[in-house]
Amino acid sequence: MHYDASGKGIGISSLWRDVTKRKYTIQVLVLVGVVVLFSVLINIASDSLQKQNIASGFGFLAREAAFEIGETLTSYSAESTFGEALLAGLLNTMLVALLGNFLAVIWGAVVGITSLSHNLLLARLARIYVDTLRNIPLLLQLFFWYALITEFLPAIRDALNPVPNVYLSQRGMFFPMPEWGATHGWALVALLVGGIAAIFLYRWQKLRQQHTGQLFPFYRVAAALLLVPPLLAWLIGGAPVELDVPVLQGFNFEGGLALTPEFLALSLGLVLYTGSFNAEIVRAGIESVKKGQKEAAVSLGLSRSQALRLVVLPQAVRVIIPPMTSQMLNLTKNSSLAVAIGYPDLVNVANTSMNQTGQAIECIVIIVFVYLSFSLMTSAFMNWYNHMTRLVER
Amino acid sequence: MRIFIAVAALVFAAMSITAYAGKTLDAIKKRGRVRCGVSNGLPGFSSPDSKGKWKGLDVDVCRAFAAAVFGDSKKIDVVGLSAQQRFTALQSGEVDVLTRNTTHTLSRDTALGLNFAPVNYYDGQGFLVRKALGVKNARGLNGASICVIQGTTNERNLSDYFRKHKMKYKPVVMENNNELFKAFMAGRCDVFSTDASGLAAQRSKTKKPSELVILPDIISKEPLAPAVRHGDDEWLDIVKWTVYAMIAAEEMGITSRNVKRMKKSSDPDVQRLLGVIKGNGKAIGLTETWAYNIIKQVGNYGESFERNVGKNTPLKLARGLNGLWTTGKNGLMYAPPLK
Ligand SMILES: N[C@@H](CCC(=O)N[C@@H](CS)C(=O)NCC(=O)O)C(=O)O
Repeated sequence: MHYDASGKGIGISSLWRDVTKRKYTIQVLVLVGVVVLFSVLINIASDSLQKQNIASGFGFLAREAAFEIGETLTSYSAESTFGEALLAGLLNTMLVALLGNFLAVIWGAVVGITSLSHNLLLARLARIYVDTLRNIPLLLQLFFWYALITEFLPAIRDALNPVPNVYLSQRGMFFPMPEWGATHGWALVALLVGGIAAIFLYRWQKLRQQHTGQLFPFYRVAAALLLVPPLLAWLIGGAPVELDVPVLQGFNFEGGLALTPEFLALSLGLVLYTGSFNAEIVRAGIESVKKGQKEAAVSLGLSRSQALRLVVLPQAVRVIIPPMTSQMLNLTKNSSLAVAIGYPDLVNVANTSMNQTGQAIECIVIIVFVYLSFSLMTSAFMNWYNHMTRLVER
Repeated sequence: MRIFIAVAALVFAAMSITAYAGKTLDAIKKRGRVRCGVSNGLPGFSSPDSKGKWKGLDVDVCRAFAAAVFGDSKKIDVVGLSAQQRFTALQSGEVDVLTRNTTHTLSRDTALGLNFAPVNYYDGQGFLVRKALGVKNARGLNGASICVIQGTTNERNLSDYFRKHKMKYKPVVMENNNELFKAFMAGRCDVFSTDASGLAAQRSKTKKPSELVILPDIISKEPLAPAVRHGDDEWLDIVKWTVYAMIAAEEMGITSRNVKRMKKSSDPDVQRLLGVIKGNGKAIGLTETWAYNIIKQVGNYGESFERNVGKNTPLKLARGLNGLWTTGKNGLMYAPPLK
């Protein structure tokens, strides 16, 4: 064995003897082991699939699917391919995940803050809600909401009509949608411009406050920035009010925007269930900030709401975000329970595809790949966030 | 997590399948029971009675396998499978055979790595609607919401039929037959669509069957047949000839009641079937009384049909395509010579 001046081993054996090098050696060995194991497994599997005469490979993705999907965000039809079918399922999963998480976070914050409220009745109610919903299996909750919508809302011909052109029935909710035109496009552009202006305004007023101490009524001005430009664009465009309204034609409502019972039950179930976990996270986050912080802020002359907004919440958020992120991931994964109530998410469409093609392993690989990417993306975000918010010592 | 387990099970199964090839019968004998995958609860075809005992046309076929192999029709394990689960359950060796209203199609026979026995029920896909809907035939269904079970031929037939007739529909697809039927009964769908026999079975489960009608249109061919894994010819032979033996017995007028007497028949065909003239048993790798045991304990095809789905059952199905070819009507049941 040779050692160099610093005492580090040289030569091949140092890969094992040298502590720092050994770390990497082990990792590389494990990686190689895993890759070899997997390729052996895959080889054996595909070999015996062949002997069994079971089709394999991803060629089926380009073949015609020849089955319909209840609701899609794309222009999918039975003539599309299996690949397009799975994409439509993926987009449905993402729609539920994005919308569900957005609402579950807001709902969780509302309930979490309420459970700390000085109003004892409200606080109690919030706690009961959290304790109940967290302890009932999500699948049962989904069946409950689905049954509630399909069994207790009126039949389509007797649909409730609470507001003109809005219908509520066991087939779902139907809303009018503005007939899309160029003016709407311009209004959208105006909204975007207003938003960007608001971001700059935020930076500017923050800097000014730091330098001069002057406060700026940011929220009110920002609201105006977001509302007025689109409204102006719409007015200049001649204030078009044509609506695409749902009308009962034959068996179902046509036109407008339709939210199916499957979508409604799934979203409602996921939001209320995950919201109860989020509420606990928010409550724990706020409670984790020492009382002295708030008292100090108040004694410095901040109002109660200022103390909450400027002193307590920024510290709570640091505690809240990591578990909240994993709840977001949970909601996304739980959305695969959609199969049970017939919402065509990725898993649902993949299930149909695997039975039409017989390629179960391939379809499951796709599902695993998608959910694994969601997980990896989430943990990448978490790492980045932890890095950003770590306490900087000055 | 569930997903990871599923992958592991599949990959593992895929690897262990080779060990099974040609060995299904050995495994069955070692276990002492035949394991059949059936549908989860379709009255008349396979459903547990009040004592939890499985009954039905498809269960009878399973009992016939046990009678053939063990001389005892009770030696069965019945595994309820959804349409979605059935093929992986068979491929992975969880069951020895599917006797589960499974349609024989080219892709299942080839790409799914299955082999099919003779048809034990000739069916076709139909539509079940509420009488109050006032629809008279399938052409009146443009724009309807249709409940259909996941992983079936029915999913694809629907899309083919509506495409062909340039009509539209909205599918509601679930794996669980009962949840789906509940949604249909609640009014989520205008139509419930599957094999006509399945529609009759579902309707028989409702409180007021007369409020539901099965439309006259049949939009597909659904030859329902037992299926086994590709690559085990020995077991496939047994499955095949078990079904044929039940049909042949009906052709020859042998029933569970007269089978003992029929042993004394002077007809050589009857004698061969019942093992009086030896040879068939040895050729198929079973005892010479294999077919006798089937007929004695389970009955011939006609008996099984009438007992489970026939005129005097809640399903009230006519023999139709499932009658014997010899009746001069449109019956398709026909067994090759058992000699
Ligand atoms: N024959 C069709 C349909 C089979 C099927 O699943 N039928 C339904 C109704 S006939 C069924 O058995 N449901 C009972 C269950 O899912 O357990 C196929 O092979 O794909």
